[in-house]
Amino acid sequence: MTSGMTSNMTPGVNKATGKPAIISMRNLRKSYGIGTPVETEVLHGIDVELAEGEFCALIGPSGSGKSTLLNLIGLLEPPTAGELSVAGQSTTGLNEQALTVLRGRHIGFVFQFHHLLPAFTALENVMMPAIIAHGVATAQDEAVAHDLLARVGLASHEYKKAGQLSGGQQQRVAIARALSLSPRLILADEPTGNLDTHTADDIFALLREFNRERGSACLIVTHDPRLAARCDRRIELVDGRLAASTSVAEPA
Amino acid sequence: MARPRLPFEFLVALRFLREGRMQTALILLGVTGGVAVIVFLSQLIAQLQSTIIDRVLGSQAHVVVRPLEEVNLRARTDAASTAVIEPRAQRLRSIDQWEAIVKLAEDQPGVVAVSPVVSGPAFALRGRASKSVALLGIEPDRYRRIVKMDTYMVRGKFQVEGTNAIIGTELAKDLGVTVGDKVFLRAAGGRDELLQVTGLFDIGNKDLNRRWVFTTMKLAQSLLDLPGGVSNIDITVTDIFEASQVAARLQAGSGMTVDSWMTTNSQLLAALRNQSVSNNLIRSFVIIIVALGISSVLVVSVVQKQKEIGILRAMGTSSNRIMGVFLLQGALVGFVGALSGVGLAWALLQIFSTIYRTGDGAPIFEPQLDTGIALSAAGIALAVGVLAALIPARRAAKMDPVQAIRA
Repeated sequence: MTSGMTSNMTPGVNKATGKPAIISMRNLRKSYGIGTPVETEVLHGIDVELAEGEFCALIGPSGSGKSTLLNLIGLLEPPTAGELSVAGQSTTGLNEQALTVLRGRHIGFVFQFHHLLPAFTALENVMMPAIIAHGVATAQDEAVAHDLLARVGLASHEYKKAGQLSGGQQQRVAIARALSLSPRLILADEPTGNLDTHTADDIFALLREFNRERGSACLIVTHDPRLAARCDRRIELVDGRLAASTSVAEPA
Repeated sequence: MARPRLPFEFLVALRFLREGRMQTALILLGVTGGVAVIVFLSQLIAQLQSTIIDRVLGSQAHVVVRPLEEVNLRARTDAASTAVIEPRAQRLRSIDQWEAIVKLAEDQPGVVAVSPVVSGPAFALRGRASKSVALLGIEPDRYRRIVKMDTYMVRGKFQVEGTNAIIGTELAKDLGVTVGDKVFLRAAGGRDELLQVTGLFDIGNKDLNRRWVFTTMKLAQSLLDLPGGVSNIDITVTDIFEASQVAARLQAGSGMTVDSWMTTNSQLLAALRNQSVSNNLIRSFVIIIVALGISSVLVVSVVQKQKEIGILRAMGTSSNRIMGVFLLQGALVGFVGALSGVGLAWALLQIFSTIYRTGDGAPIFEPQLDTGIALSAAGIALAVGVLAALIPARRAAKMDPVQAIRA
């Protein structure tokens, strides 16, 4: 299962799959504190492509720029230089409004600390991306949210507020929420970081299941080598540079 | 099935407010109190002012035309001579061409009624009693529209004809007469007439009740030796606060002395204006305090909801819609506070109108709420809510989602 081939990444070319890219970056750079004495470049030119439906781990030591890269891909912050395309659309020069639309349409987030909205029930949390996209919840949105919650095993917890759920349950709701608009890409920032091993395995398995079932690409930041090894591919960042991209043969 | 039916902005704004329990309750209380104070105070002052104006203007004309004062014309003097000039005594005179001035006044915009009056001093005599009175010769149909005499009649009718005299209750008491009795009236020039008392009035002012004696214009003219003349013209206008403008126009048009109630009661007017100024001052401060209250609560809320704002942004909410959520919170607080504030003001008016009464037990003010005042206060509260939310809302909109989520 862990057998595979290792190859250095060629800029702009994804050798792992022949599928079209959901994410493509060329020479992506990010600096903070621009124009100040403490200006620091965190990402020094990243070239990565992520294919549709790919299940990929983003690994690397603390401070290597994983979260920054994830934020750039998630269109939460703009890169300082370089080119980033999401679902075939270049993000260069897009205004905040356009980025928001692109993000809402194609990307689902799962954060380390679930980040549910505490004022809303589990069901409403799962519906929220749809409410944002459609302006008001439709019957269809509710049915989808209902199914998703059942799918993550929380059918009986629909009307509980976030505070009434355990950590694992909250993260399940967060995954259901990330999937509510069937995004083509799920970005997960240490989704199992604050969970015990058993729960972490469950959450990971859930992400994997949805990836297989719905074909949503996943990019998962993780420190857990065990979980990273179970991904199709591992992208490793060291000091803001791409150290390695390892493809793992998909289990039969 | 229990999906939220509200549009995104309303849904999130309401949930955020509900989540902020204590803060929301306190600020709602603040807005309620502020709106109640504004509505209650405005209502109270508007009513008290109109009561005072009614009482003052109930027995006087809004505008009065009088003849010009007589002055001494100085003969040309040599540079070396000095002269002591005594002001001339003003005799009772008629207004020149008064019919033309009545016509002129009637044609003025904003004039409701015009009534020529012959008035002058006289003595009312009965037995050994002699009282100095003000003789008022009027045309009753015209004069009714200046002072609503019919409403003041205690006995008899305001029927001024022949040798009828309508006198006040105090004068009747002083002379010991009542309706049906006769009174002897002697004017300063020595002319006299025996009049029949056919009505008693109580105008709400003891001095006037003691002094006013109404007769026909003709009778007064002959008693006061003003054949065919009138001593003044009383005028009622539609907007009492326009009285001075009407007076100015009339003065320019007629060349007579024209006074409005606003100049003869300048102290009352000043008092009313000061009251309005202090009312506006209180209102402004209340509005500012309410605005600061809403603003500070929402600023705190933005900081508290930082993470939620970040999540909403990550899920595809634009910064404009985040701004909308917080503006809406301000508007909701303003709107709900306005509703309950108007309700509280209404309750206060009910309570205070039963507590505060005049000497004779009548309420000083009516416990009714003017729709205009209530609506404008509600509108102000809504606008203040939105404006107060502007700074926090912009802060929320500008928040960097990455920083917000990390917070």
